[in-house]
Amino acid sequence: MRDYTVGGPSALTAAQNGLVDADCYKPKIDRELMKQLMARTNGLAAVHIASWFIALGLFGWLAHISWGTWWAVPSFAIYGVLYGSMSDSRWHETGHRTAFRSKRMNDAIYYIASFMIFREPETWRWSHARHHSDTIIVGRDAEIAFKRNVPIYKYVLELFGITAVPNEFKQWIQNASGKITDNQKDFQPPETFRISIWSSRIYISILALTVLTSVLIRSLQPLMFIGLPSFYGHWLVVTLGITQHAGLAEDVTDHRLNTRTVYMSPLTRWIYWNMNYHVEHHIYPSVPFHSLKKLHLAIKDQLPTPYPSLYRALREVIPTMRRQASDSDFFIKRNIPQSVN
Amino acid sequence: MAEEWIVACDETSVAKDDVVRFDHLGATYAVVRMSDGVCNVMDGLCTHGKAHLAEGFVDGATIECPKHNGRFNVLTGEATATPARVATRVYQTRINNSKIEFLKVN
Repeated sequence: MRDYTVGGPSALTAAQNGLVDADCYKPKIDRELMKQLMARTNGLAAVHIASWFIALGLFGWLAHISWGTWWAVPSFAIYGVLYGSMSDSRWHETGHRTAFRSKRMNDAIYYIASFMIFREPETWRWSHARHHSDTIIVGRDAEIAFKRNVPIYKYVLELFGITAVPNEFKQWIQNASGKITDNQKDFQPPETFRISIWSSRIYISILALTVLTSVLIRSLQPLMFIGLPSFYGHWLVVTLGITQHAGLAEDVTDHRLNTRTVYMSPLTRWIYWNMNYHVEHHIYPSVPFHSLKKLHLAIKDQLPTPYPSLYRALREVIPTMRRQASDSDFFIKRNIPQSVN
Repeated sequence: MAEEWIVACDETSVAKDDVVRFDHLGATYAVVRMSDGVCNVMDGLCTHGKAHLAEGFVDGATIECPKHNGRFNVLTGEATATPARVATRVYQTRINNSKIEFLKVN
């Protein structure tokens, strides 16, 4: 059995094997082009965020006026995905502070999206930095979402956040009462604990007010708009996110071996903010979402062949995860182009 | 204490809003030219993670680490965005005979 505990025995092994904060493979790319790809703009991200909020408002309004009819079901289904899945990519990109040129605009959206995707913002900022330092290094990476030795039905439950959201809520409660978990202590600097404490208090207050409103008006409707979409709208981000690293090599320092790039439709890329170009993102996290396709075109000859569709990626990932539940040594080995070995 | 002006590179070898790497006696530096043309030399490695700032992104007086997006003020070395928290060292820099030089105190 692999021990994925962050800071546990596997962390020591990783350090002994030189896997901690190691140098990772970088493709050759012209510096002038990289400068263009790393350039930031406020306008494009603002249009994307506005379109997201408009879609949320539109389907939220449709869900409200159709409440009590069957039309509410598709309206809430779409609203839920916009809230509980699309917030993930906004959380992610603004967490890197690459969505907008402005740090304040990135941070403002980051805090909103963190609440929607149900993640305490400060802890996840540091866990994500660790994820980029030590990608899929067992014992170090706090964001290995799909572990080996785990029956696949548990991941089916995760389509609706059955374990992840309550576990996160438990941490919010602990943080709100002033307690910091061992996990947080492993990768989060002590001077940032107070941010986690206050973020948790604010997020819990918002949820408590929503519950109170639901009780007072004797309707589930407020919770269907705030809080519950983090469960019922979560399935799409799990479906997309599972293609990022699941089933690939662990404990390697080459992102071409532990990360996938998958071609996806324009609609999915709008929802996912081009995180389907995930190998490219991990190698160059300074490149904003809107330039990832250009980056992909510039370096794709040095990377493994991308998966042609989400379906094709899932067709590999799901059987692999089923096998890994009982065979933890099994993984998919990606082929690196011979010319750049 | 001994002071020494060290030649980093030709003035023309760093474009505006860009940065180049300079290695000297086992140490590594980032030579930055901001959008107003002013050059500054700073320690090359990010104070947060093992990444060279010379692969980073320069925007105005800010340089961003290429690995975790931590940011530093090019003029003062102050860490302006997490995960960078510790300031980096910025050296007194001058242009002398079309060369970018910085003052190293040993």
